[in-house]
Amino acid sequence: MTTTPLAARADRAWWRVPPRHVPVLATLALLLVMYGVGVSQYRAFSNVQVVFNIFIDNGFLLVVAVGMTFVILTGGIDLSVGSVVAMTAMVSASLLRSGLPPALVLLIALLIGPTLGFAMGCVIHFFDIQPFIVTLAGMFFARGMCTWISASSIPITDGFWTTMAQERIRIGESFVSISVLIAVAVVLLAAFVLAYTRLGRNVYAIGGNPQSALLMGLPVARTKIAVYTISGLCSAIGGIMLSFYTLSGAPLIAVGMELDVIAAVVIGGTLLTGGSGYVFGTVLGVLVLGVIQTLITFDGTLNSWWTKIVIGGLLFAFILLQRLVGIRKK
Amino acid sequence: MSQRHPVLTMTAISKIFPGVRALDGVDFRLFPGEVHALMGENGAGKSTLIKVLTGVYGTDAGTVTLDGARVSFTGPMQATAAGVSTVYQEVNLLPNLSVAENIFIGREPRRLGVVDWRAMRRRATELLARIDLHIDVTELLGSYSLAVQQMVAIARAVDVRARVLILDEPTSSLDADEVAQLLRIMRQLRDDGIAILFVTHFLDQVYGIADRITVLRNGRLVGEWPTAELPQLALVEKMIGKELDALESIDADAGNDPEAVAAGPPLVTAEGLGRTGSVAPFSLTIHQGEVVGLAGLLGSGRTEVARLFFGADRADQGQLTVDGTPTTIRNPVAAIDRNIAFCSENRRTEGLVGELTVRENIILAMQAARGWLRPVPRRRQDELVQRWIEALSIRPANPDLPVRNLSGGNQQKVLLARWLITEPRLLILDEPTRGIDIGAKTEIQRLVVKLADGGMAVLFISAELEEVLRLSHRVAVMRDRQMVTQLTNDDTLDADRVMNAIASGGHEEGAPA
Repeated sequence: MTTTPLAARADRAWWRVPPRHVPVLATLALLLVMYGVGVSQYRAFSNVQVVFNIFIDNGFLLVVAVGMTFVILTGGIDLSVGSVVAMTAMVSASLLRSGLPPALVLLIALLIGPTLGFAMGCVIHFFDIQPFIVTLAGMFFARGMCTWISASSIPITDGFWTTMAQERIRIGESFVSISVLIAVAVVLLAAFVLAYTRLGRNVYAIGGNPQSALLMGLPVARTKIAVYTISGLCSAIGGIMLSFYTLSGAPLIAVGMELDVIAAVVIGGTLLTGGSGYVFGTVLGVLVLGVIQTLITFDGTLNSWWTKIVIGGLLFAFILLQRLVGIRKK
Repeated sequence: MSQRHPVLTMTAISKIFPGVRALDGVDFRLFPGEVHALMGENGAGKSTLIKVLTGVYGTDAGTVTLDGARVSFTGPMQATAAGVSTVYQEVNLLPNLSVAENIFIGREPRRLGVVDWRAMRRRATELLARIDLHIDVTELLGSYSLAVQQMVAIARAVDVRARVLILDEPTSSLDADEVAQLLRIMRQLRDDGIAILFVTHFLDQVYGIADRITVLRNGRLVGEWPTAELPQLALVEKMIGKELDALESIDADAGNDPEAVAAGPPLVTAEGLGRTGSVAPFSLTIHQGEVVGLAGLLGSGRTEVARLFFGADRADQGQLTVDGTPTTIRNPVAAIDRNIAFCSENRRTEGLVGELTVRENIILAMQAARGWLRPVPRRRQDELVQRWIEALSIRPANPDLPVRNLSGGNQQKVLLARWLITEPRLLILDEPTRGIDIGAKTEIQRLVVKLADGGMAVLFISAELEEVLRLSHRVAVMRDRQMVTQLTNDDTLDADRVMNAIASGGHEEGAPA
């Protein structure tokens, strides 16, 4: 639950943290520690622009991770996101090159992801096939489509796209890109849907126990298909944002991105088995990934592969933490 | 009671599964404001009746009327909508959501399509207060005890304006205080006019709360009585039945005299062995060559005793002595090391692997005992498997057939063969003859006698009293998860005395061996 009333807190000692909040708080603590380290080591780190840059560089990752949060909350997984991101960027770039108006291109590009997600959701639900396999197939399909469209990268020169890429929105001394605003909007909308709509609550219910959810009369089929569609839509938005960011469509971009996304969601405290987690946690998870990258960039001597090593270690630690919290609850 | 109309009437219900007549012309009625206990042993048809009622199964014959109108539900959801709610033994709720949400999910109070959390919490608190449950409804359901979860399930069930509440063994995993609380809630709901169908195996609870009792046996209606007119002993008799046994008589005493075996060396001794929430501490000695029968109704703790001996559950109190050496059996592997074998009650899910062949299933335990690094040579496998297929006359006598293609009786024999290969000294048989035909039943009974003659100790569990009496040297009686007494099977012991002990808790007969 995102809202905890004061009345309930009253008879609970203020320092006692409900177990379900432990993973998110752990991520928050980790993020603060890492940021503190950065600030103490590098003078320029304390500049607000550093934080904004993390959002600018990872906005599309954040949006895709929000979609993944829905899927993982139901206990599923979506491996197709990286490929769908790339496919969306490719389709946009190639349609723009062929001269279609940007508005139409946007519409088409935004429809592809949810359509594929809807199809995968249907296969997963009606044929009762593991999400892992179905979305793996989706991943290969979308990646194949990328190379089918073009084996090499397609540059984007469209005016609308370049505006979106270059427009800077000033906040005090610093600035953010339009993509950051899109990401923030997606995050807020997703958090609202999960906390305050029946769809959102059903997502948690299915993740808790699909059998019980069915017996309680909840629309399991509709909800399951919806989460993959939402994930597809988020990937499509992410793909558009990536094409804003790179001003091109490349067939081999965002390879392995699904793994970063899953890592961000899990580090953000969402249980891989489903039923517990928050969009806010996912934001923190993405920020942790971003801060690690930034720290390594600031250091300058470390190879960028260190990012992966650190993420690997963190992921391991967080899965253990979830397990321990789970055991203590029993 | 004549002027009152039943809220629910089931008439001449029959349900046939392939090869089994699960329900045969059963009548059942339920009045508003009563608790009606549905009693019967395993396979009597209680669950089938409930599933027919709630629309999980269709009927093959018979009618169901609710409030005078004929109904035929297509599923539990439709039944719930019509006012027939079911709370199952395993709580079918969502431990990862709050209590309030578990009560209201699917029909949350909303304002402009937005879930109104404040209203939901308020209404949940009010609803639970009505059944005198004062808890923080914003906490996760999973953080509360099973008893509270069960009560939340009931609260959810009655809030959908239930007129009929079905409680399917709601108390089996609750402790005494929790049961008392649950029964109190049931009384309150009954007084509010709700008709409650209560399924339980605990006789005390039945006599503590039920207004009426309906007994089923083997898919047939035995009868319906007001609780006050059906003494416990009569109830037990009606549940177990005293059918004339078509089996050939097997004279266990011909082999070993109960006195003589009991004087022999003890093989396994349990002293104050018990496990919280599973079975109360008990003491039991099993001698070499002795067959000890465990009698009691379903759910009385028979299987739980067996699981403690085999290490399938860990005892949290008491001491187990094997061959004079105090031992702790932590897990089944440790039990197998000490030559203890356990043929589980549930041969399909716990014992046999249906996809594997007869040979592979038979070799499984032996292979496990040797460790996977030392495979049993094929020649030896063939030899052993062949010998046991013949000895137990497993049919078809084809070691390469997948086990699931065998009949129930033959599957049971395969399971037995698996354990007999390991040459156990204590063989625990949990319902070895349930659901198998009479021929196979006789063969298995004969085998038990023969094995005991050969010096093997056997712990024999069966719901059929006649069978227990025929085979055992001594009968330990279980009731409500306690071993209430142990009776030596001499000439004076008969089914009546055992039933009496089950019904009375052994107070009259209390003479522990």
